[in-house]
Amino acid sequence: MLAFIIRRVLQSVVVLLVVGLVAFSLFRFVGDPVDNLLGQERTIEDIDRVRSELGLDQPFPVQYFRFLQGVAQGNFGVSFRQGRPVADILAERAPATLELAAVSALFAIVLGITLGVYTAIRRDGWLSNFIMTSSLIGVSLPTFLIGILLIYVFAVELGWLPSFGRGETVRIGWWTTGLLTESGLKAIILPAITLGLYQMTLIMRLVRAEMLEVLRSDYVKFARARGLNQRSVYFRHALKNTLVPVITITGLQLGSIIAFAIITETVFQWPGVGLLFINSIQFVDIPVMASYLMLISVMFVVINLIVDLLYFAIDPRLSASRGGGH
Amino acid sequence: MEAIARALDSDLAYRFRRSPVAMVAGLVVVLLIGSAVFAPFITAQNPFDPGSLNLMNGFSKPMEPNQFTGETFVLGTDDQGRDVFATILYGMRISLFVGFSAVIFAMVLGVTLGLISGYVGGRTDTIIMRIADIQLTFPAILVALLIFGVAKGITPPDRRDEVAIWVLIIAIGLSEWVQFARVVRGATLVEKGKEYVQAARLIGRSPVAIMVQHILPNTLSPVLVIATISLALAIIAEATLSFLGVGAPPTQPSLGTLIRIGQEFLFSGEWWILFFPAMTLLALALSVNLLGDWLRDALNPKLR
Amino acid sequence: MDDVLLSVRDLVVQFPTRGGILTALDGISFDIKRGEVLGVVGESGAGKSMTGAAIIGLIEPPGRIAGGQIHLDGERIDNLSMDDMRAVRGKRIAMVFQDPLTSLNPLFTIAEQLVETIQTHLNVSAKEARDRAIALLDDVGIPAASRRIDDYPHQFSGGMRQRVVIALALAAEPDLVIADEPTTALDVSVQAQIIDVLKRLCSERGASVMLITHDMGVIAETADRVAVLYAGRLAEIGPVRDVIKDALHPYTHGLMGSIPTLAQEDDRLVQIPGAMPRLTDIPDGCAFNPRCDRVFDRCRVERPDPMPHGTRQVACWLYDEQQIKAAE
Repeated sequence: MLAFIIRRVLQSVVVLLVVGLVAFSLFRFVGDPVDNLLGQERTIEDIDRVRSELGLDQPFPVQYFRFLQGVAQGNFGVSFRQGRPVADILAERAPATLELAAVSALFAIVLGITLGVYTAIRRDGWLSNFIMTSSLIGVSLPTFLIGILLIYVFAVELGWLPSFGRGETVRIGWWTTGLLTESGLKAIILPAITLGLYQMTLIMRLVRAEMLEVLRSDYVKFARARGLNQRSVYFRHALKNTLVPVITITGLQLGSIIAFAIITETVFQWPGVGLLFINSIQFVDIPVMASYLMLISVMFVVINLIVDLLYFAIDPRLSASRGGGH
Repeated sequence: MEAIARALDSDLAYRFRRSPVAMVAGLVVVLLIGSAVFAPFITAQNPFDPGSLNLMNGFSKPMEPNQFTGETFVLGTDDQGRDVFATILYGMRISLFVGFSAVIFAMVLGVTLGLISGYVGGRTDTIIMRIADIQLTFPAILVALLIFGVAKGITPPDRRDEVAIWVLIIAIGLSEWVQFARVVRGATLVEKGKEYVQAARLIGRSPVAIMVQHILPNTLSPVLVIATISLALAIIAEATLSFLGVGAPPTQPSLGTLIRIGQEFLFSGEWWILFFPAMTLLALALSVNLLGDWLRDALNPKLR
Repeated sequence: MDDVLLSVRDLVVQFPTRGGILTALDGISFDIKRGEVLGVVGESGAGKSMTGAAIIGLIEPPGRIAGGQIHLDGERIDNLSMDDMRAVRGKRIAMVFQDPLTSLNPLFTIAEQLVETIQTHLNVSAKEARDRAIALLDDVGIPAASRRIDDYPHQFSGGMRQRVVIALALAAEPDLVIADEPTTALDVSVQAQIIDVLKRLCSERGASVMLITHDMGVIAETADRVAVLYAGRLAEIGPVRDVIKDALHPYTHGLMGSIPTLAQEDDRLVQIPGAMPRLTDIPDGCAFNPRCDRVFDRCRVERPDPMPHGTRQVACWLYDEQQIKAAE
């Protein structure tokens, strides 16, 4: 088991180094840092001086190493557009995105598993059929259209919920949260549904398919033959066995939630890192783009690692086969 | 080749006639593509020729005569008096052009890399597949956004609008190639082991000839399925990017741009400026998706 | 008759399919006495497992019991509600499945599965349930039961797992154990041990056993009586010794010929020509008639019902004819 985890960690490090290389190339070659620092008025001497100050006269691998060092110390460079350190901007924006992602993921997982189990148990019920059919339409809808639709119904027509922004926020240390105020809670509902709906339908369909498979298995038949009650058969014996594949997909989906937050944040003008990223693309703010890329890669890699570890918690067979024990 | 096409055709045609969903989806796709291609003959107005616009016609409701000019527009007009129906047809041209081009680009790239990866094997294979794996870790839309951003950074500011469409095509294409490469690589590995390929090698045919003449035809049907599904994805990706304001420029608005513009009028009650382009996008994406699903089932019943 | 534990009468099980209704079991009747081991034999698809599933009320939908009655201890159980039937399962009728590798839930320890089963049916504390579970594992011959009980199924060998399955089946002291091919998936070397454990524990507890198998050898050694199924119908039923010594039904005769130890005198194994018909095209009359070497006209038109013949019942017109001749 330890060997497996070490291998996974090493793979993650390789992915991060590759992403770091891409990010570094962005810094180095796409947005010319010298141009950005000196502007139009410059002399050859100025350029040379800045180049050596920035270490641009060093060989490429040395530059790359220095860049990684900086990133590890939280130095992501300075935003071209805002003229502030990118690390500060990200720290300011991250809570909004993380809260949105967490609430959406919670919504997607809880509702997805519940509906998936329900539609598997009542396989031919009219409600199950209705849920399955509408989920097909839900999957085909682009995220931004779902957002606009929700805004139209709940903000424009009914006027129940706000259509943009994060509401009032409360400061706890460096973290700002919208989850403690009424307006903040109201504001997060629509974006969270928009962001979580696609993942919810995916999880639901997956849970349903796995559940149907498990319900046909011998151990579920044997559990029934022993007279165990319905609730235990469905929610203890069957559900736990559906969780391994569900966790895989859900883990990957959590990564997508953070990425798709870009779209949701644009629709709802949610002040998170996704909106920041879109603005940085519109204004070609390279340091912000590159930092966002690295930030999101770290999140992906961490999530994948957690998913791998969760397997061991759920499936006792893995620790035996991969750890070489027994 | 003609024989293969005919056999494929007849079997497919038979299955097509037996599937009402596929027939409706196919009809919708043909109608939408047809009306986009023949847009100049269908509507009198070119919405992007300022000369043909009349500001007085602004904000006409659908099916109602405009209060100033008395002109009636089936789907209404936007703030500048552009006929929404005409903007949809012209917008769809951009959406479809980007979608098709991106898929063709992704297909050529993916099939080529897949063939090479499967046929050559070794380190080449490892490198190509590793890149594919890493790219697959990230959602396509993020990859497309990033490539778009980089390309925008490289192009000089004054030419950005001009090349935006092409950048869009490359960005979406690069984000979709992995599926093609994986399938073609898999099929190549299977075919490579077969005797006729061994025979072709023995008589000294060049690797390129073997790949193109023997292996490629065997990968056609899965590639076709992926291409169809990718088309739906590409159309949605294009709409999403344009909606985010990093896709098609305002001078060449696609369906996504139209939706972005329409969203501004949602609160003031001019719902039709948003609603009809959104519905068109939905119908297009859904039908192509359904066609893709049907095609997958029809060409490979085992994949269900 | 009060020593009859289970009585099955005219059991019909049907599956609606696109091509029409499929009759998987067609009018099966038999009794199992208290403490008795009844062997059920037949080829795959003859309806052996279906009979077991029907008794315990676990036929996969859309299949259903379309006719007949099942009584346990004089109480009708084929029409019980879901909840009432659940109280019967495990507590009064238990089942052992074919494949021990897939019968146990891989994600729960043996203790968790045993304790849950015991507590479902018996009103005992968790501690008592655990003690009972350890005693059961001891009984089925798991070494170091008190330690192994907290292991997961994958940590046991196939034979050991089938012992655990038997322990699970016996957890609530059932009156009847239906063992559906309990040794088929196991190594030949452990098959006899498993049958021994099953037989010993059931006889100690006075439980009856319905032993489903296609292995006549196992039946010969284990069962008191044997029921032979063919194409969803009962061909012959009677004491094992009689059936083996002198099979009445031509199909049973053929089956006996396929046991190596009993056919040695003939030097070669007897084979039944052809294959069992699919349930969709069972011939008119006797289902066995196309393959029967003693077939005559009546067999092709009229279906024989089991008729008493000495200690046995047999569904074959041959014995009806003989009765007629004897009467003459």
